[in-house]
Amino acid sequence: MPMTWKEAPMGMTAIEKILARNSGQDVVRPGDIVTTKVETAILFDNNFMATSWREILHVHDPEKVVVVFDHRAPASHVLSAQAHQTGREFVKRFGISRFHDIGFDQGISHALVADYGYGLPGTVLLCSDSHTCSAGVFNLAARGVGSPDMAYAVTKGETWFRVGETVRYELEGELRPGVSAKDVFLHLAGTYGDHATMNVEFSGPGLAGLSMNARRTLTTMSAELSVEFATFEPDDIMLDFVAARSDRAFAAVWPDEDATYADKRVVRLDQIEPLVALPDAVLNNSKPVGDIAGQAIDQAFIGSCANGTLDDLAIAARVLEGKRVHDGVRLLVTPATQNIYREALRLGYVQAIVDAGGVVTNATCGACGGGSLGVLGPGETCITASTRNFKGRMGDADARIYMASPATVAASALQGSIASPLEYFP
Amino acid sequence: MRIEGRVWLAGDNINTDLILPIQAYYLSVEEQPAWVFSANRPGWSDEVTPGDILVAGRNFGVGSSRPAARSLKNLGLACLLAESINGLFYRNAVNFAFPSLEAPGITGLFQEGETAEIDFDAAEINNPKRGERLTGTPMPPQLLRILKAGGIYPLLQSENLIR
Ligand code: SF4
Repeated sequence: MPMTWKEAPMGMTAIEKILARNSGQDVVRPGDIVTTKVETAILFDNNFMATSWREILHVHDPEKVVVVFDHRAPASHVLSAQAHQTGREFVKRFGISRFHDIGFDQGISHALVADYGYGLPGTVLLCSDSHTCSAGVFNLAARGVGSPDMAYAVTKGETWFRVGETVRYELEGELRPGVSAKDVFLHLAGTYGDHATMNVEFSGPGLAGLSMNARRTLTTMSAELSVEFATFEPDDIMLDFVAARSDRAFAAVWPDEDATYADKRVVRLDQIEPLVALPDAVLNNSKPVGDIAGQAIDQAFIGSCANGTLDDLAIAARVLEGKRVHDGVRLLVTPATQNIYREALRLGYVQAIVDAGGVVTNATCGACGGGSLGVLGPGETCITASTRNFKGRMGDADARIYMASPATVAASALQGSIASPLEYFP
Repeated sequence: MRIEGRVWLAGDNINTDLILPIQAYYLSVEEQPAWVFSANRPGWSDEVTPGDILVAGRNFGVGSSRPAARSLKNLGLACLLAESINGLFYRNAVNFAFPSLEAPGITGLFQEGETAEIDFDAAEINNPKRGERLTGTPMPPQLLRILKAGGIYPLLQSENLIR
């Protein structure tokens, strides 16, 4: 007897269910093109740059729009100052209430989504920054799109997606002291390479030991795995986190037990060690820190949407406390939001970092995007706890960028060369 | 849509910083294409002639949301064929009307300088010199419509939603 899909043993993954719900369908499958409504649309300063901006004449729903200045904030040159002006005019014209101008609630869009509870479980969130998959930590369909997509979403309130297959990562065990979510990412990128056209779903008992910040490092860095979407299975830690920050209604989505996955992979957190990605590429390029220990560095950076969290600043402060950054090394630390900055001040992290000779900047993308506050010169070597180490990413194309966790970057800044952080976490 | 042109090869994981480096990001739209691959293949952008075709490996266009697809289009490339394409780059390719196809196995079909014949809608790709052909993944009809309309902006402009 033929079976209908309801009887067929073929459920949906979390992301498939979210896309089905928001496109008004009972079921979606890999290969489908779906049109969904967009609950949250985030514009940032680059959208308003003269070379990208097309004047928007109609906003579908100003309550669904967020405007953030993060990539060059405060403005680093006239072009970016003009972009901020254009952005302010847009905000005023359409009465956008969720606006993060330079000042009290400034920060990187993806970190602000966490701080202010903008990422509602079960919904669709768009932003034209590639690391928007960050918000997938809140169990929603979040993806980075281009400026044209943003114009479409803001004016029409909807967008399209190509549904891809999903890889499920089951996390087990607990990370050892001195090892962090960044090392887990470097392990995934080094072992499995790209996930182009596919989604990733994180789950498993190991979640319980990972803070929301640590989880968000994983979804944020999933952009480097080239995923379509990254999601986490909901748990109370996440649901309480969002409920404490938002008064809007939401309904989380669990994957079906009989969902079809392209692959299921177990990740043993207790077996992860500190890793470093070698320059120019993130994928298939990770090495144990011991293999390259001793590589001299000029600059060390801790920041970005992936590693500018309060947890990251706490780790940096712990490693640096009472010591001095090595002669000839510039250590730059950039909190992801001013909220994090204030909290790090209150807890003494900023004091510890600055006393060690680190430079703590205001919240912004800064050195991560090579746009301001720590651009690399020809031939320089940097170790960074940020998102990308592409050739030319942080300045000159001849600079070399190693990527690691905040603990490894802080330890390296003290040593003057790439060093393991484990001795600081006995 | 039929496309025919001379093939250039690129490797795996070609990222958006190689296509549109940060230095070029601040320049005018017209100036940006000259910077394509300046870090990994200096001088190449001068050799490209209008109508050429780029054949790439896995995960083409990984990286940022910057309009890298627009630079490739404005450089004069008629089409991108890749083993796989990053989802964000693919969106920008559709939206800026830069014809792009995923075609597993494509890197084995051409050497640089050979000619590719493409039936874009059917994703059929032919190497006439070798007499070998391959069918890629056709662009879904909904997206093909956007591409053929010249991308998202003309569409929104015709509805008076943007200027
Ligand atoms: S911190 Fe870096 S990766 Fe994150 S949004 Fe800013 S530039 Fe992009």
